[in-house]
Amino acid sequence: MNEISGNNIMDKIFSHPKSLRDVSTHYCPGCGHGIAHRLIAEVIDELGIREGIIAIAPVGCAVIAYDYWDFDCCEAAHGRALAVATAIKRLRPGNIVFTYQGDGDLAAIGTGETMHAANRGENLTVIFINNAVYGMTGGQMAPTTLLGQKTATTPDGRQAHLQGYPLKISELLAPLSGVKYVERVSLHSPQEVLKAKKAVKQAFKNQIDNIGFSLVEILSPCPTYWGLPPKAALDWIKDVMAKEFPLGRIK
Amino acid sequence: MTKLLMSGNEAMAEGAIRAGCRLYAGYPITPQNEFPAYMARHMPAAGGVFIQAESELAAINMVFGAALTGERAMTSSSSPGISLKQEGISYLAGAELPAVIVNVMRGGPGLGNISPAQSDYFQATKGGGHGDYHCLVLAPATVQESFSFMSEAFNLSDKYRNPVLVLTDGLLGQMMEPLDTRYAMRTTQYEKKWALTGCAGRRPNIIRSLYLGEGALERVNLNIQKKYKVILDKEQRWEEFLTKDAHIILVAYGTMARIAKSAVKQLRAKGKKIGLIRPITLWPFPVKAFKRNTQSAQRRNTYLTIEMSCGQMVEDVCLAVNGKAKVEFLGRSGGGIPSEEEIISKVKRLVR
Repeated sequence: MNEISGNNIMDKIFSHPKSLRDVSTHYCPGCGHGIAHRLIAEVIDELGIREGIIAIAPVGCAVIAYDYWDFDCCEAAHGRALAVATAIKRLRPGNIVFTYQGDGDLAAIGTGETMHAANRGENLTVIFINNAVYGMTGGQMAPTTLLGQKTATTPDGRQAHLQGYPLKISELLAPLSGVKYVERVSLHSPQEVLKAKKAVKQAFKNQIDNIGFSLVEILSPCPTYWGLPPKAALDWIKDVMAKEFPLGRIK
Repeated sequence: MTKLLMSGNEAMAEGAIRAGCRLYAGYPITPQNEFPAYMARHMPAAGGVFIQAESELAAINMVFGAALTGERAMTSSSSPGISLKQEGISYLAGAELPAVIVNVMRGGPGLGNISPAQSDYFQATKGGGHGDYHCLVLAPATVQESFSFMSEAFNLSDKYRNPVLVLTDGLLGQMMEPLDTRYAMRTTQYEKKWALTGCAGRRPNIIRSLYLGEGALERVNLNIQKKYKVILDKEQRWEEFLTKDAHIILVAYGTMARIAKSAVKQLRAKGKKIGLIRPITLWPFPVKAFKRNTQSAQRRNTYLTIEMSCGQMVEDVCLAVNGKAKVEFLGRSGGGIPSEEEIISKVKRLVR
């Protein structure tokens, strides 16, 4: 066989992740969930932990993530993923347990569970999808909705004196002693997607190494409920959303 | 050491540990605080996990997480806390996960008070949370039963993959009595192929209660109903005391049944033909006991239902006798407990 710069020409250098089922998703065109699912699947494959994974799907657009991932997975009630995850990890410390939660799930209805699991320093991996809106229910205001952003329940745009400010839950969690790693990443460009993958990998590695509570916040596009074409939605993350939610390592 | 002196709350906790419970999550509320305290002291030594949760919601969802790994798990609380847990109980029922929930009832509605009560009967037996489901409900009447019913509760929940409620009250929870650990019921091991343990060597398992496809949820619910039909047929439990020749049969459960039994003894001593049916399973309600006593005799029975509530179980008694006998009610609410004297004078009025 011919060899080109050390690689066998027949070597497969890119393939569908084993942890991701080969099916099409129900997500809207331009949605970030598909990318985030794939990043997680790739990381799990690369770390060789697929058979030890127990995943917790949220209530939200990603509720049927178990139809796309190919490892053990359960649903949690809205907001309760980190309470469910706490018990699983305490009873089965040898498994790798992660939650996948949206902004409404993690930072509104589940704020209590989030803060306390973090404060207990549970050795868990949290993938937090921030798209500044409730997608599944039809585009209502999320805790992370930006000031001025129009949603189904803020028809004139979010106003500070009525709806308060975008909640920066990652910055709130970071000072807690139990929290070991917090990074905010984005899916708005290929470069950012690669950075996101690196952060997701770190958050899983931390659990493997028993380092403790690790959270990756992913700014993710929702073209449907932002009322933008997919490309414009990516630009909106870069130009608007990332100003309110700065990217980078928080802890 | 086979004899122990314990409160009902401690007896239930000890019973749970001996039944193989490996995770307890709870949140403080009176009158069940001895329960988590006992678990905090003894669960780690038993190789299990104790977590004081930040809320009742978190506690029941920790139980959900534990249950889906296939381990035996439980929580306990009292009335207002049990209301908060209803979301999680509905999800447990929907996902068909086994778990045990203890309700040491206190006065309600609202914050109510911390006196014993039986006013969560509707909530316990009719579902409690949203959706088409039931919990199995066991009602101990002694500290001994508080202990030994725990293994039964875990066995039933594993057997049917359904949450089981143990319904007791503040009086029985706080009261101390001797118990004999030799009377622990046998703990049965159930294989749990459905549990999430990591997919090594098998296809991934999924635990869910969401079914969006056309007709999918109805199919799931009808399957759950089939399970309930078996439970209704096989799991009715009750105690009968001097019912054979009784004209008036008292109906009471838990603490109230003990007081009713004393009243029966006193009335029998005076030659009155009085008996007692004590439902042990509140769901399934022991309809069979009523059928037997209503149909077998030519005599016209009266059932006097006695509750520490304004009248909840009495509705199930009415359904059970289905118009074939008279049903009377005596109850007190908000921490009031019908006394032996009140029962006796009510019976005397009925006899007259």
